[in-house]
Amino acid sequence: MIPAAFEYFAPKSLDEALRLVARHGDEAKLLAGGHSLLPLMKLRLSAPRYVVDIGRIRSLRSIREEGGRIVIGALATHHDVEASELLRITCPLLPETAAEIGDVQVRNRGTVGGSLAHADPAADYPAAILALDAEIVATSSSGTRVIPAAEYFVDLLTTQLRPGEILTEVRIPRTGENSGAAYRKLHQPASHFALAGAAARVTLGPGEKIESVAIGITGVAVNAYRATAAEQMLIGKKAAPKLLAEAAEKVTDGIDPLGDIHASAAYRRAAAAVYARRALEAAIARAGGKKA
Amino acid sequence: MATAAKATKYVGKPIKRKEDPRLVQGIAHYVDDLKLVGMLHMGIVRSPYAHARIRSIDTTKARSAPGVVSIVTAEDVDGAIGPVPCGAMIPDMKPAPRPVLATGEARFVGEGVAAVVASDPYALQDAMELVEVDYEPLPVVVDPEKALRKDSPRVHDVHADNAAYRWELEGGDIKKAFKQADRVIKVHLTNQRLIPVAMEGRAVLAQYDRGDNRITLWSASQIPHILRTQIAAMLNFPEYGVYVIVPEVGGGFGSKLNVYSEEALACYLAMKIEKPVKWTEGRRENFLATIHGRDQIADMEFAVKRDGTVLGLRAHFIADLGAYFQLLTPLIPTLTGLMCVGPYKIPNVRAEITGVFTNKMSTDAYRGAGRPEATYFLERGMQAVATELKIDPAELRRKNFPKAKEFPYATATGLIYDSANYQGTLDLALKKSEYKKLRREQAAARKSKTGRLMGIGLGSYVEICALGPSSAMPSGGWESATVRIEPTGRVRVLTGSSPHGQGEETSFSQIAADLLGVTMDDVIIVHGDTSAVPYGIGTFGSRSLAVGGTAMYRAIEKLRDKLLKIAGLVLSEDPANLVLRNKQIVSKRDPKKSMSFADAVGAAYTAKALPPGVEPGLEATHFYEPTNFTFSFGTHIAVVDVDPETGDVKLRKYIAADDCGNVINPLLVEGQLQGGIVQSVGQAYFEEAVYDDQGQLLSGELADYAIPRASDLPWIETYNTVTPTPVNPLGAKGVGEAGTIGATPTLVNAVLDALAPLGVRNIDMPLKRERVWKAIREATAGPSGRPRRAK
Ligand SMILES: Cc1cc2nc3c(=O)[nH]c(=O)nc-3n(C[C@H](O)[C@H](O)[C@H](O)COP(=O)(O)OP(=O)(O)OC[C@H]3O[C@@H](n4cnc5c(N)ncnc54)[C@H](O)[C@@H]3O)c2cc1C
Repeated sequence: MIPAAFEYFAPKSLDEALRLVARHGDEAKLLAGGHSLLPLMKLRLSAPRYVVDIGRIRSLRSIREEGGRIVIGALATHHDVEASELLRITCPLLPETAAEIGDVQVRNRGTVGGSLAHADPAADYPAAILALDAEIVATSSSGTRVIPAAEYFVDLLTTQLRPGEILTEVRIPRTGENSGAAYRKLHQPASHFALAGAAARVTLGPGEKIESVAIGITGVAVNAYRATAAEQMLIGKKAAPKLLAEAAEKVTDGIDPLGDIHASAAYRRAAAAVYARRALEAAIARAGGKKA
Repeated sequence: MATAAKATKYVGKPIKRKEDPRLVQGIAHYVDDLKLVGMLHMGIVRSPYAHARIRSIDTTKARSAPGVVSIVTAEDVDGAIGPVPCGAMIPDMKPAPRPVLATGEARFVGEGVAAVVASDPYALQDAMELVEVDYEPLPVVVDPEKALRKDSPRVHDVHADNAAYRWELEGGDIKKAFKQADRVIKVHLTNQRLIPVAMEGRAVLAQYDRGDNRITLWSASQIPHILRTQIAAMLNFPEYGVYVIVPEVGGGFGSKLNVYSEEALACYLAMKIEKPVKWTEGRRENFLATIHGRDQIADMEFAVKRDGTVLGLRAHFIADLGAYFQLLTPLIPTLTGLMCVGPYKIPNVRAEITGVFTNKMSTDAYRGAGRPEATYFLERGMQAVATELKIDPAELRRKNFPKAKEFPYATATGLIYDSANYQGTLDLALKKSEYKKLRREQAAARKSKTGRLMGIGLGSYVEICALGPSSAMPSGGWESATVRIEPTGRVRVLTGSSPHGQGEETSFSQIAADLLGVTMDDVIIVHGDTSAVPYGIGTFGSRSLAVGGTAMYRAIEKLRDKLLKIAGLVLSEDPANLVLRNKQIVSKRDPKKSMSFADAVGAAYTAKALPPGVEPGLEATHFYEPTNFTFSFGTHIAVVDVDPETGDVKLRKYIAADDCGNVINPLLVEGQLQGGIVQSVGQAYFEEAVYDDQGQLLSGELADYAIPRASDLPWIETYNTVTPTPVNPLGAKGVGEAGTIGATPTLVNAVLDALAPLGVRNIDMPLKRERVWKAIREATAGPSGRPRRAK
């Protein structure tokens, strides 16, 4: 549990950090909350030569409203998200998701940017980010890029982020009236990461018909994804229990679920369906103004 | 508790632990906190293969790495360090001694291959990666049933097969019992391999003083003296020159009731280098290379009468011992055999154990050590009997319990149960759980359309504890104490027990203070330092209070008698009329005749007027040899709800009714029960050491090995009855392991009870959601996975 030697930098500004990652390229690793990186380094599964600690770049920690969107700085901790008044009012799905992450210590250190950059297949945020149609903002010395959530997660621990880029913020469009969202998670019993996690966001139109729906699934496959087949089944229809159950069965269509000592692929498929249905039920209840 | 019960300022009271202030403030010292001048760090290069020939080890690169001081392999220590000792002998057992470093072959993943010493932990880790070992992989056997097949790879070439031993026990007339039976009910059950997961891993610090030719070994151990003797033997070093010190220990659960290769290696290297050498285990190492527990498979047949009377039990146990013998490896399963009839009158029994070698870490004592296995198998069997015969599980138990007046009760396995009232704890558990109401609630849930699966589980147990009479123990079952009343009137108790979280500093102080009429603060309990404490056996097998506490009690009696004699002379009073109370020695007859405790103590030391035949000073030693084990018992009840869609088990209520004889401190007893029950929740629902077929430990860290968390648990309600033991003057039995013994079957029975209407009869532990889900699916086979209600 002892990492290999590395050189440590603690830049105070984003520019300085960008210069450092540009200079050291592949040999550098960014350090945010350290709760994914340090365990890997201690096991020597990761041995970067340079560690660039971005934790002191204050400007990246804010959670604010800007141009009709919610903007969350990459260094906002899970606890910042969980406790944000602004998010509780405008986007309660994120605090609900953040509260499911790890324990208090993890939530006090771990960051939104770190979780999304690391892209653990069982991390919680990715499901919510997908369901919210969020945008991920990546900054490098050559400028800024905006990546839609639906395109961001590529493979196991792999995202659209390129070497030299720092994830600086996440932008979340405001949802309209009659919308509701929920995150439901079956914990892996040892790590408490998601064995199957489903985030659902639903907007109801006239006659209680589902006007728009987005379902993000995490923990099931190599990366988090949108359950589009299930979404399509629901659009424009009335949210009857039978329909929800049928749609939920489709959240793993075309997906090759993971299997490990905690759950087989078959079980993950079944659990994803149950948790997606429960998330949908709660989101719909909330969209209709009910508690769930 | 004849004497202590009369003066109970402390005994029986829920007194907070004396040891906690230093622990919660972080000012207690564990081995890893200790730093000595010039201290070096040791690391062990471990085999990544479960079975491999070691062709060669090249340490050239590692030796030239910065900070490296020494590297040794099996070749270097050959003849200098003996193998890891095994203290258990079973007739015709095949020996499997473990060399301190793999010699010729490595036989499990994690076996040490080389020891590296470096100036600091960072240099050490870098250097360890440079040790090049050329392995030739050999065939691996992981599954104990497969290991018994003729064509199985052999773990030890020198042995004809992997059957380490066969052990048998028979009592009564088993053939007749099965002839007379109306039904024979069979179960096939497994008790999975567990990892003890003490909060503190193992840690060792060794120092050698050439001038005095003295080795000092600090180790997180449960058995300081046995460790001292064994280290002396392994190193062929005079025992008087070995000092073992056990500072604060962060839990053991049996995993530190052992002698490990790292302890001997650290001593050897400290001697060789003449600098202190420290080794602190990492969590992954702890998972791979500290003993595991359980890992048994049982086939049992119950010969029963239609009314539920159990006439006989035939049992065969397969015990996976791992690759080598640690201190008690072969012995542990025999406790399963001995306890296989549990709290029931089963007059005819035949038990057989086959111990098996596999390419895995050794199993050994883990909290309960053989008894949780016995109890699990038996109680699952009793649940099967109840289900098959359609008898309420509570009534089935009541029917087969011996009555309170039948104690002492001789079992068909050859034990004498000291005292009990099994009906008493059963009734208490039923009452506190409102059992009938629960059954009504369950009936309603089963009728309702919600598909709610509610289960009520029962488990009764008797545990053999306070280990034990020396005749039945591998290396002595007595315990020692020296008590010194110092000239200022303070009391120093030196005990051979070696508490590591149990709270004996508190309970022993309570007893000592009451016996001498002083305050608990006047008493200090010293343990774990072999240069200070008389030879002792240590802490395991729920023995410290009942055996070690009795040794102290007897030693204090000697001092008390002496003090009263001295006071009798001063007060001109018959010592028989004098009592110790509130730091005074007072005559019961004439309260005016009194003197202070301090003056009497002073008189013993100034020695100016001592009664004839009384020696000066105030020190007494007692080596207490128990005449029998003690047998704690109880009944537990668990209530669960099973999510029919996911198989998730929610434990919603837990009631424990236990009897450990006289209770010295109810807080400590409750703490032991709560902790033990929680560990049972781990075994029942979450924990399993999973090896793949190549012998790789897949559940190799805490992110993959699930231990229960507070959020997984309801409030555990504990109640007790009091049936004192006649075996010792305290009337106290043991309670350290009761929780892990009684609770596991209770928790599993609850889930099976929930699924009984679906026809599910068995799910192997741990009851992971997927296993429960699969059992529900297979039983219902509905397309949506929602269970159909069976008739
Ligand atoms: C005990 C424990 C339990 C946990 N439980 C959960 C759980 O239940 N659910 C869950 O979702 N997570 C869980 N986590 C993970 C936790 O949420 C991490 O904090 C998170 O995954 C990573 O965030 P971090 O800020 O700690 O990132 P770090 O560990 O500092 O970095 C992670 C990776 O992201 C890169 N990185 C960090 N920030 C940026 C950035 N701004 N731009 C580009 N790259 C960046 C780093 O270089 C590194 O490769 C747990 C962690 C622990 C230790």
